[in-house]
Amino acid sequence: MSAASASALVRLPVWRARFVLFAFLAAFGVLVARAVYLQALKTGFLQEKGDARYSRLLEVPATRGRILDRNGDALAISTPVKSVWAIPEDVKASPAQRQRLSALLDMVPRELEQKLSRNSQDFVYLRRQISPEAAARVAELGIPGLYQHREFRRYYPGGETTAHVVGFTGVEDAGQEGMELAFQASLAGSPGSRRVIKDRLGHVVEDVESVRSAQDGKDLRLAIDGKIQGLAFAALRNAVETHRAKAGAMVAFDARSGEVLALANVPTYNPNNRAKLSGAQLRNRVITDLFEPGSTLKPFTVALAMELGRVTPQTVIQTAPGTLTIARYTIHDAHPSGALTAAQIIQKSSNVGAAKIALSLPREEMHELYRRLGFGITPQLGFPGEASGKVRDAKTWRPIEQATMAYGHGISVSLLQLARAYSVFARDGDLVALSLVKTGMTAAGRRVLSAETARAMREMLEAAVQPGGTAPRARIMGWRVAGKTGTAHKQEKGGYAAHKYVSSFVGFAPASDPRLVIAVMIDEPGAGQHYGGAVAAPVFAQIMQGALRLMNVPQDAPLEPLGLPGEIEAAKEST
Amino acid sequence: MAKLNLLLLLVLLVCALGLVTSQHQARKLFSRLEAEQGRARELEIEYGQLQLESSTWGLHARVERIASGTLGLRAPDPRRVRVIELRDAAARQ
Repeated sequence: MSAASASALVRLPVWRARFVLFAFLAAFGVLVARAVYLQALKTGFLQEKGDARYSRLLEVPATRGRILDRNGDALAISTPVKSVWAIPEDVKASPAQRQRLSALLDMVPRELEQKLSRNSQDFVYLRRQISPEAAARVAELGIPGLYQHREFRRYYPGGETTAHVVGFTGVEDAGQEGMELAFQASLAGSPGSRRVIKDRLGHVVEDVESVRSAQDGKDLRLAIDGKIQGLAFAALRNAVETHRAKAGAMVAFDARSGEVLALANVPTYNPNNRAKLSGAQLRNRVITDLFEPGSTLKPFTVALAMELGRVTPQTVIQTAPGTLTIARYTIHDAHPSGALTAAQIIQKSSNVGAAKIALSLPREEMHELYRRLGFGITPQLGFPGEASGKVRDAKTWRPIEQATMAYGHGISVSLLQLARAYSVFARDGDLVALSLVKTGMTAAGRRVLSAETARAMREMLEAAVQPGGTAPRARIMGWRVAGKTGTAHKQEKGGYAAHKYVSSFVGFAPASDPRLVIAVMIDEPGAGQHYGGAVAAPVFAQIMQGALRLMNVPQDAPLEPLGLPGEIEAAKEST
Repeated sequence: MAKLNLLLLLVLLVCALGLVTSQHQARKLFSRLEAEQGRARELEIEYGQLQLESSTWGLHARVERIASGTLGLRAPDPRRVRVIELRDAAARQ
């Protein structure tokens, strides 16, 4: 029985076993196919979906580099602020909350209502760049639909004093003016990103990879000395106010290194609050504006004549009767004198004398000198909008033009170019390259004049600030000063305006071993006086005195009170 | 054979638990690192703000106003300033 039943069990139909086997194999095949499909064909898609559940790409912001002065004091710093934005549809606030909010955001309640009522928009900035404290108080209100995000704002502690050098950035933190624009690439840095794993609560639990590491912007160390800059700005603003001038500009640089220690403009603006900016305030008159330099060019004419062996400082030139007529133009001296030596022409600033010397020179040589002094060529400071100035081709010069150019008319330069050209006298004949960025080393120059000529001219320029010269007010106690005044009529509608002047003074000190070159320009002084010796020279002296003390420059003159010229002598101060 | 298997299972269990613990530790440490890095950023920002403040307080114009106005200081007369050459000072020592 049992054997029979056992054999009955064994003798199951063969097809049943095969069917089961087939079913298993088929099921297995389906699984394999599915696995291949998922693992091989759709793997990318699935991986992506999986990552999206927990992996996040985080933006790593880069901080904009600081701008520092040469001593490391901050001139521009970025610091985070908050911007408040809203999705108007989602905002649910009680009238009291709205009242509080508008007060916190410093807005008229109606303005707030208007912003929140624009239903078509699903994103509206309520206020950009508010302080973190105010933002925290806004957050405390707990209004739904109101969000904040972090932005960086640039602050300029130097304010209007350093505005023209440093420049400013726009809302998007990109440089718009000045050094902020010139060094945008290195200041900005580049934001990075990294992939992380976040848990359900949004905490970062693991750093997977750094996709791109953030590069913080590099700090920029300017050549500007904050103290000299402050001093110079105050002196300049004071002079512009006293003389009721339209504008003023100054630049000071280290004669040895070519580093620009101060650069100031009036009128100026506050880069921290640029609500009402006018073009006049923004203009950087030192670097981007051109003017006819006037008599400050005379020393170059005379130096060239000395270089070519046409004159020595003792050569006598007849300037009487104080006028010189070429073709149908007449050149005038402000204070006619008789026969003057070349040195006295510089000291008294005689237009006729300078014109006569210029006419004895080949015009190609004069043109070549101007080019080598950097006139008509961009100074290559790397500053946005540098003016190159205008020097016409020598072939087109008529004699009258050659004569007027000798005393700085018919040629236009920027104040920076003019100051730089004086480095030729301050540095024994070579022209220094200027730098707005701290270099901290002595700069090599390019030879323009021989050392003998430069030294001789230095003596002549020193005589120009002595009593009997045009600018006794440029002297300071303790140091020997050398320099030259300039008073140029302003160009207007193709001619020269009768009573509009540009007064300037360019000089350096100490004369025994020049360290600092300063150029001052006052545009349209309107309070009676207009001669460079009366308007610009005192500003020069004030800045020079303070700066030499700050720079610890050894004194090279006896400490005696300076006999300042009285009114009669002041009236003689000429172009 | 069975004993060996059992032993291996035990070892496996211990390893697995160890892995879990170390992973947990790693994440805890990582979150602390994150927090510290965040703090470093905050301090960096605060440093910037303090620098800003110090620059503002130390503005040349302000220092001068206070020195000459409130404190009644003035620059010494150059005649009353003695200039010391560093070379001389070094030679005297």
